Amino acid sequence: MSQPFSAAPRIAALFAKVGPALLSVGTLVLAWELYARISSISPTTLPAPSRVLAQAIQQRQALFDNTVPTISATLAGFACSLAVAFILSVLIDFFKPLRRALFPVFIISQTLPLVAIAPLVVLWFGFGLTPKIMLVALVTFFPMLVALVQGYDSTDRDISALLSSMGASRMRIFLLARLPSSLPYFFAGLRISITYAVVGAIFAEYAGAAKGLGIYMLNAKNNFRPDLVLAAVLISALLTLALFAATVLIQRAAMPWERLEAARKS
Amino acid sequence: MSRRLELRQVSKRFGDIDVLAGITLHVEPGEFVSILGPSGAGKSTIFRLLTGGLEGHGGCVDFDGRPLADACRPFAFMPQHDALMPWRTVIENTALGLEVQGMSRKAARGKVAPLFGEFGLAGFEHKYPAQLSGGMRQRAALLRTVVQDRAMLLLDEPFGALDALTRTGMQRWLQMMWDRHRWTVLLITHDVREAVFLSDRIYVLSGRPARVLREIIIPLPRPRKDLASPEASAIEADILDTLLEPQPAQRT
Repeated sequence: MSQPFSAAPRIAALFAKVGPALLSVGTLVLAWELYARISSISPTTLPAPSRVLAQAIQQRQALFDNTVPTISATLAGFACSLAVAFILSVLIDFFKPLRRALFPVFIISQTLPLVAIAPLVVLWFGFGLTPKIMLVALVTFFPMLVALVQGYDSTDRDISALLSSMGASRMRIFLLARLPSSLPYFFAGLRISITYAVVGAIFAEYAGAAKGLGIYMLNAKNNFRPDLVLAAVLISALLTLALFAATVLIQRAAMPWERLEAARKS
Repeated sequence: MSRRLELRQVSKRFGDIDVLAGITLHVEPGEFVSILGPSGAGKSTIFRLLTGGLEGHGGCVDFDGRPLADACRPFAFMPQHDALMPWRTVIENTALGLEVQGMSRKAARGKVAPLFGEFGLAGFEHKYPAQLSGGMRQRAALLRTVVQDRAMLLLDEPFGALDALTRTGMQRWLQMMWDRHRWTVLLITHDVREAVFLSDRIYVLSGRPARVLREIIIPLPRPRKDLASPEASAIEADILDTLLEPQPAQRT
């Protein structure tokens, strides 16, 4: 604090945060690389990470062309899922019996194995964007709904009592207290769901698509190119990490008070 | 002059449990009255009846001589704990009541802003509650309460969560503020010394079901500075006797 313009302590702090993660990932990749080289295992069985990377760079145009549809399916599906989850969460908050009517249906929807349901959805809705949106929504909708409903319920009772003593209507209490109270839960749900969303989109493509990382992986596998499968996996992992980081940044921007509260409580 | 607030034989049950058993009390305009009783006695239930959070079972409540239902939200309520919204800055928190009343954000803040100095919050307008000390949070909560310009303040154990030193400081400060503004106040507390220090009159409640054990007038001159004067100590000891050694309860 005494040296606000010095960057060195901040870089050191950043490294203390991400250092262990880099170390563990680096060790794993290194072990893999060594094993692939020493054992002289066939690259069509287990390609070395260096080979995966080299192939990824060589095939960057094809990978890029197949990443774009996956990103749009992920974001479109997630946006639909968020919109529906938000609307339903508000309805459930205002009409409590809805919760008991709807939750069992949604819980059952979470038990459906994607392996079985994805080809069916593709069969019913074709190879376009629709089945992807539906599958992404299927895996992300319920966690978001639960997060929002729990978030509303986490509202401080004193704050609700205070607002009703001021003469605030139910809608006013929702907007002034319940909705902002749900933000930490919303973002926790968002961080979990966004990782499901990418997996959901790839699964949908795997079951049938013209383009996308999922279908790219399937084709690469059928052509005995595990290096390209892993290159696509690498892209999807980076994509998930990027989306996760985006939610963290959005949360920081949307909730500037959160870190102050955390500091106060610690 | 009619009484500001008058409760007659107000009762409340939750299921089979009697919480309030015929509470009768009153508050005059400009008077500081405390309700003192053990924890869990149903003190806060009285406030919830007054602010419309609950319906009573029998008895009646008059405000300025007319049934409370006819009066238009005459109370400004300060709940236990400060109930500041962590996502609103201090000035947004203090302007909350005015905004709910329908005042524009800008007008509400314009009305609250000049009071920050008097409440010891100058310079903290745009901080978040997490950046305030416990005492400052309570002062912000009180500012949010009084700025609503209601006929009467209801304070529910406002200093209960503070450390002893901060609490004493806040009690002195509230006394000073009350001397200046002469709000009509009904205070709930289980702190005997706080009640004696601040009040014109005290109603001592029994444990559940709550009834009024005694009504005590505090004749100490104002402004009160000395918490440890012999008169104050005598009143305190007397109240503690009433609370800690109650006569065998006569159930009705």
